[in-house]
Amino acid sequence: MTSADSLIHARSLVKRFGDFTAVDGIDLDVRAGEAFGFLGPNGAGKSSTMRMIGCVSKPSAGTLRILGRDPERDGVAIRAKLGVCPQQDTLDTELTVRQNLTTYARYFGIRRRAARAKADELLDFVQLSERTDAKVDSLSGGMKRRVTIARALINDPEMVLLDEPTTGLDPQARHLVWERLFRLKQQGVTLVLTTHYMDEAEQLCDRLVVMDGGKIVAEGAPRELIERYSTREVLEIRFAGDDQSPYAEKLDGVGERTEVLPDRILVYAPDGDAALVSITDRGLHPSSVLVRRSSLEDVFLHLTGRTLVE
Amino acid sequence: MSGALAVLNYNLVGYRRTWRGSALTSFVLPVLFVLGFGVAVGSYVNTGQLGGGTYLAYLAPGMIASTAMQVAFGESTWPIQTKFTWVRTYHAMIAAPLAIRDLVFGDMTFLVLRVVSSSAVFLFVTSLFGAVHSWWAIGVLPACGLLGVAIAAPVFAFTATMDSSTNYFAFLQRFIVIPMSLFAGVFYPISKLPVFLQPLAWASPLWHAVEICRAATHTNHGSLWALLGHVAYLLLWAVVGLWLALRQYRRRLSD
Repeated sequence: MTSADSLIHARSLVKRFGDFTAVDGIDLDVRAGEAFGFLGPNGAGKSSTMRMIGCVSKPSAGTLRILGRDPERDGVAIRAKLGVCPQQDTLDTELTVRQNLTTYARYFGIRRRAARAKADELLDFVQLSERTDAKVDSLSGGMKRRVTIARALINDPEMVLLDEPTTGLDPQARHLVWERLFRLKQQGVTLVLTTHYMDEAEQLCDRLVVMDGGKIVAEGAPRELIERYSTREVLEIRFAGDDQSPYAEKLDGVGERTEVLPDRILVYAPDGDAALVSITDRGLHPSSVLVRRSSLEDVFLHLTGRTLVE
Repeated sequence: MSGALAVLNYNLVGYRRTWRGSALTSFVLPVLFVLGFGVAVGSYVNTGQLGGGTYLAYLAPGMIASTAMQVAFGESTWPIQTKFTWVRTYHAMIAAPLAIRDLVFGDMTFLVLRVVSSSAVFLFVTSLFGAVHSWWAIGVLPACGLLGVAIAAPVFAFTATMDSSTNYFAFLQRFIVIPMSLFAGVFYPISKLPVFLQPLAWASPLWHAVEICRAATHTNHGSLWALLGHVAYLLLWAVVGLWLALRQYRRRLSD
């Protein structure tokens, strides 16, 4: 793929804040119509990358082209074609839902009448038509998020950047947001999102990168990554008693890999039930057993570790 | 240009909701103050030393300028900090195709409209009480607008350096704004100040605006050169202030 086909084209992209390197030389290409995800723990460099893509933060080194143009020279022209849903809502809580959209539309040079029509259309899209004249202050967190997403679409953007679109939302609100984002994707809008929810990445992304410590540690479609970095199934077993580690030695050779957690043991195997049979054949009887499909979460924890990042 | 107008539009939409509350501090209270003080205290004042006329006529143009300064200061502290810190309005704006200068000039235009409109009401009300003696008094409005920029632009720059836990607005208010309103010729000529304080009055933007407003509302307009000097001094503050504001906004918003 040449850089002209990519909506985002980055080579050796670096972002430093003083001595701290937030983004440490990443390469990216995102095609039109793709749903692309940045996955990673807190502090992995996802948001810094998003801010550079959104042309509000200058790269410290490397090449970056957005929509085929140079963000440093054409930042305003590029931003005219982007939709941005920031991590923190930046709505004016004292204005009504519609006023938030119509005032924002003016920043894109959309005229008053067209702005109003577009605002009403988008509020219908995010299922907030009934709250059009309500003050944003009175909305729930999920509703505010949907207003922010509607606002990001006010200019019919070529590419929408969503920084943790569903963080902090309840399950109903998350599913509604996912469903709307999926519809956008079907309409051919390019979506670029960051998340640390694996289910979100699996649901929405055609392709994703896993970031850790400012670097890209893996790249591919969700299914590909699972095949590459994990097994098809995971067997989760727990033995009676506090310490699981003595049992782990006895599991040698069962599955491709085992991982001992304080409360359970994970056995990575192509066939979870077959692995369980070979465990019971060794005379071991776990007190509880769960066989499940491998998920992106297994890949993520395998690649970025289980250490808590604060 | 159109970007700055879009930012102005955002401010006006919000102001449609809050203007009643701001009207009270912007001119209702100052008007009561100037009438009460000007008429009551004025009856004890020997106005011969003020160049004739009533004390009310002396005080009114000074108070109009002083109020313009207060409104400009108020509008460039908390409301601006909110846009940087709590609501993050500016962050939303720069994600759209707006440039930093659109933010600064859009907000400054709104501020000038606020200052000029409250000065206009103030001027009208005091003219009903005989405090205005010339049609040139209309010149008070651009003078107050210019004073507004001269005060607000450096304060914009200052506010851009504040985060949510640091604010020194009360400090600025107590040690700069209030002393300026007391010692910059609003209530009495600065020639009555101790000699060592007079240079401070000359340095303050407020004194220059007070002199313009007084020349405009009185029958004796004073020398044209003095007037031009006052305007030039205020312009200097405005231009340097805007330059500082643009620089600090850039530092704060584009990392």
